[in-house]
Amino acid sequence: MIELKNVQVKVADFSLQQINFSVAKGTYTVILGPTGAGKTVLLESIAGLHAVHEGEVLLDGKDVTNTVPEARGVSIVYQDYTLFPHLSVKENIIFGLNVRHISKSKIAEELEWICGIFDVEPLLNRQPATLSGGERQRAALARALITKPEILLLDEPLSALDAESREEMHKQLQDTHRKLNITTLHVTHDFEEAMSLADNIAVLNQGKIVQVGKPADIFYRPASDFVARFTMARNIFAGKINGQVRNEKIFQTDSLEICAVSEKKTAQYAVIRAEMVNLTAEQPVSQANVFRGTVKSITDKGANILITLDCPPQFECQVPRQQFEKMMLSTGQQVYLSFLPKAVHLI
Amino acid sequence: MEVWRKFARTAGSYFKRHRLLIVFSVFSLVILLFILIPLFKMVFLSNKEAIWQAVRDTTVLESIWLTLYAALITAAIGFVLGVPLAYILARHNFPLKGVVEGLIDLPIVVPHTAAGIALLFVFGRNYLLGKWFNAIGINFVDSLAGIIIAMLFVSVPFLINSAKDGFRKVDVRLENVARTLGASPWQVFRRVTFPLARRSIFTGTLMMWARGISEFGAVIILTYFPMVTSILIYQRFESYGLTQAVPVAAILVVVCALIFIGFRYILQREKKRD
Repeated sequence: MIELKNVQVKVADFSLQQINFSVAKGTYTVILGPTGAGKTVLLESIAGLHAVHEGEVLLDGKDVTNTVPEARGVSIVYQDYTLFPHLSVKENIIFGLNVRHISKSKIAEELEWICGIFDVEPLLNRQPATLSGGERQRAALARALITKPEILLLDEPLSALDAESREEMHKQLQDTHRKLNITTLHVTHDFEEAMSLADNIAVLNQGKIVQVGKPADIFYRPASDFVARFTMARNIFAGKINGQVRNEKIFQTDSLEICAVSEKKTAQYAVIRAEMVNLTAEQPVSQANVFRGTVKSITDKGANILITLDCPPQFECQVPRQQFEKMMLSTGQQVYLSFLPKAVHLI
Repeated sequence: MEVWRKFARTAGSYFKRHRLLIVFSVFSLVILLFILIPLFKMVFLSNKEAIWQAVRDTTVLESIWLTLYAALITAAIGFVLGVPLAYILARHNFPLKGVVEGLIDLPIVVPHTAAGIALLFVFGRNYLLGKWFNAIGINFVDSLAGIIIAMLFVSVPFLINSAKDGFRKVDVRLENVARTLGASPWQVFRRVTFPLARRSIFTGTLMMWARGISEFGAVIILTYFPMVTSILIYQRFESYGLTQAVPVAAILVVVCALIFIGFRYILQREKKRD
């Protein structure tokens, strides 16, 4: 278990401010944030590689704020896996055992165990420079986990891979976590990666944690317009609550009235995820949140198609390929867009 | 006629395509010849008999041996004291770091006779450190110790700068990973940082040794006797003229060429192996 209490870290001209959050034992937590948010600094601070100026870092209830990295039981794996280039894969993997002066027979035993998990046996005599991205990651994970740390820190572990290896490694990470049940903290800027791997997500921006929650919370109930934008909600409108009809709030923007199911008394933004917007050629019968718009642009995303509509304002709407092909949409065409009041999230 | 025209066309297009390479090659050739001709002439076109005589001259041989091992001890001292400084400069920031880095280059910039005089001011018998060392029986004037400090002063910047560049090229994250895997800072240095920077450190040490061998100005101020080869060459030139100086110089050039070409070959081979 990791607990950070009011942690403040300064590195060069960057600082982490008032970081408060905890990672429960055995869970997979993702820190999500844009480049420069301080994700790597946060991981390195947990590993003990940066001095903590204020606050406390607790691992399994023990205060390690001033403990040296080698005594923390925390392993870190960086984006490009940073295998020691002057050592063979085998020497890389057993590095953590060698520095502890563990007996040869014990090392052989642990090596066999880790080879069984990561299938690195055929790589042992190779040099890191000759490995593929996926092989490197397996070797790096084996090296990080052979010492049986309490906590595994992963810094953008999938970002350096091509699409196919990404998927393979994604599975590898899930498998590893399931098999070893190790408390894992994974940082990434990719919200889809976060959604698919995390038990919990913490969103970090400009050195501050701006939201912590289950993946669905972050995705459908972003706490700020930043989180909404970062998770690609796409339709974010500024305005204010301007009345109530039964349990639905009326949110007034410059040019639209949007009905939303919300407990909020005041709000600055209405967020509607692009995939929650329906497109129809005919006017739908539902009363609330139906608008007419002109197709402005069509972007093919493969499985889904992103359509920009001019209402005004501009709406972005994501439809599955099959539906798109059935509707035979083209730019300039007039269509109806609609969404349910409960699909609207007010911030 | 046809053949000639074809040749002219091919040559013309070759020149067009490789214009940069051709111009640069011409310039390169000029500077290479400038370096090689004097050395080549001295070694191969001087009086063979005089060279053979010098090879059998114990004064010459002792002087060359003294120069080589004094420079080697200097390089060893530079290694022990310079590598830690290079590491600190590569890895840590501190106030006035830029000034410190500038000061390290100073011995390269100042005239070496001035460097020798500065050293004499500190290590001379009547001065601060000279007195202390004298008390424990080490004397820096007209002694091996004098040769060594003169060589150290002018050559250690080469090692520090080269090692610093080597350490800078080692990814800090490799050190971070090693720490989290359980290695102490000493273990990280010994097992990760040093091995990865070793080529730059080795090259720097070699440069330092070479610079030590060639040093004249600072050494002559502190230690005329025992005579390092650069001083011996100068002394023979002054006393007996060119004919006596050339053979000694030629032998030193050959010895140095063999040693350094040998090391370069080893370095190249190691680079290929990696």
